[in-house]
Amino acid sequence: MQTELSLGQPDPAAKGPAGGPQKSMTYGEGGLAFLFAMLALGALVVASGAESQAYAFHAYLSALASIVCVFAILNRYVDRPAARPALEIDGKPNYNFGPVKFATIAAMVWGIAGFLVGVIIAFQLAFPVLNLDLPWTAFGRLRPLHTSAVIFAFGGNVLIATSFYVVQRTCRARLVGDLAPWFVVLGYNFFIVIAGTGYLLGITQGKEYAEPEWYADLWLTIVWVTYFCVFIGTIWRRKEPHIYVANWFYLAFIVTIAVLHLGNNATVPVSVFSPKSYIVWSGVQDAMVQWWYGHNAVGFFLTAGFLAIMYYFIPKRADRPVYSYRLSIIHFWALIFLYIWAGPHHLHYTALPDWAQTLGMTFSIMLWMPSWGGMINGLMTLSGAWDKLRTDPVLRLMVVSVAFYGMSTFEGPLMSVKSVNSLSHYTDWTIGHVHSGALGWVAYISFGAIYCLVPWLWNKRELYSLKLVNWHFWISTIGIVFYISAMWVAGILQGLMWRAYTSLGFLEYSFIETVEAMHPFYVIRALGGVLFLVGALLMAFNIYMTIREPEAASAATPSLVPAE
Amino acid sequence: MNETYRAFAEFAQTWGLLYFVGIFLCVLAYALSPKRRGEFDAAARMPLSDD
Repeated sequence: MQTELSLGQPDPAAKGPAGGPQKSMTYGEGGLAFLFAMLALGALVVASGAESQAYAFHAYLSALASIVCVFAILNRYVDRPAARPALEIDGKPNYNFGPVKFATIAAMVWGIAGFLVGVIIAFQLAFPVLNLDLPWTAFGRLRPLHTSAVIFAFGGNVLIATSFYVVQRTCRARLVGDLAPWFVVLGYNFFIVIAGTGYLLGITQGKEYAEPEWYADLWLTIVWVTYFCVFIGTIWRRKEPHIYVANWFYLAFIVTIAVLHLGNNATVPVSVFSPKSYIVWSGVQDAMVQWWYGHNAVGFFLTAGFLAIMYYFIPKRADRPVYSYRLSIIHFWALIFLYIWAGPHHLHYTALPDWAQTLGMTFSIMLWMPSWGGMINGLMTLSGAWDKLRTDPVLRLMVVSVAFYGMSTFEGPLMSVKSVNSLSHYTDWTIGHVHSGALGWVAYISFGAIYCLVPWLWNKRELYSLKLVNWHFWISTIGIVFYISAMWVAGILQGLMWRAYTSLGFLEYSFIETVEAMHPFYVIRALGGVLFLVGALLMAFNIYMTIREPEAASAATPSLVPAE
Repeated sequence: MNETYRAFAEFAQTWGLLYFVGIFLCVLAYALSPKRRGEFDAAARMPLSDD
């Protein structure tokens, strides 16, 4: 870790006499290039003895990426000026937005890939022939590809991009590190590639949201610790005495994900030549650790991180301060106090001790308070500016996302009640619930943030077309409504059919009859997914045109929102 | 093993609970104290002021 840390320190000694500063390689550049060269060598050794072709492929991919990194670092050294980038120019912070731009575009690309795979697997459920009878295209391998692509690839890049943007702007300080922020962004995306290709080739731990195997987990740990160092270092460097609430949420997200990742991936590999590893926890303890991890991935990745986006981007776009800053502090602490205990509700009516199940249920219900407190805080930020919802579709996306946050965090605790869960568990109701949160809350707040970020990052007055944003909003909203209403009906129908008995006490329906009954809802769900994907494609076009349009053209377009 | 478990559970269910409630009361006191009103009002405007 020493190497990444040392990247953060700008070297004041590098500034030589005016006109001719002495150019020298930093410890970070030299050390990292050396480490990547060693990594390439190690990966080639592993590749030569790899147990399976899939694992050898990953080893060769790592070697190739490491060699590319060595060349990229050296090339960058040759091209860069001798002096390190100034922390401030004319008294204003010299922000580092390069890695933010990369992560923003990566989020858009991964988002479309993830939504597309989602549409494919939705059609596979409705028409099983689409599994194509091949291992690589089977539902069982494509489904984790979809969940990881949308949560970790799309959501993760949005979180990295916005956190690096927000921490700089609210601390009025340049991001710490020279290579470190790039290491975080590129290293994280390389982890995504390893994870995703692994699923298709059959490498998996088989644990929800924690499918990547030990070597990918180790790599992510290094990337994540660097991420933490860059983030906390930038806060340390801040010019503002107060740490803005969004940074608290980002910090909770980064720290907790690190702890969860280590706890749930405490595995021992069979050998360095094998992708397979075994967890140190056994039986029901493993299950409990997995859902402590799984639910807090929802709580701290998909909630805390995106709440940070809410607390920065909604006030900024609406040009109003957050409704109650005090409520935001209470929201933060109440949320992190309660969320961490809610995991056992995923294991109702299992071998988990009954008291643990009840504990999970109780804490889930208590979560209503911070969730709704946060939702009210987000929505009421618009008080006195509600008219902007009519004219600004970007703000509308974000406000509807907060409404979805309220709805899905109401539904979640309801489903954690044991008697409700006995009907809903293992049914499509759960899938509907997850998607009202993922599509409605996480994706919408992310879309809103990207629509805000792109003109700010590329210095444009406004987006290429607000009309297209409007189309995006309505098409994907109809898609979400199709999706979640189909899953509600499907889930409750499924649950009721599973527990229906005849007068003689036999089960009324065979399992395959319940599967057949789902067909129309699966088709509606898939169509909802198509609409959501179409909306995202419109967005990608809009973003592309915004980035490449000349400044003059954008100045001619009348802006519907107040200029920044 | 059973004794250890019981002792641990008893400690967590009493002192652990009080500890968390205590911390949370401190958070409430920090957030709601009238003397920080000015600081929080300024903090809320932080994203809006351009640099």
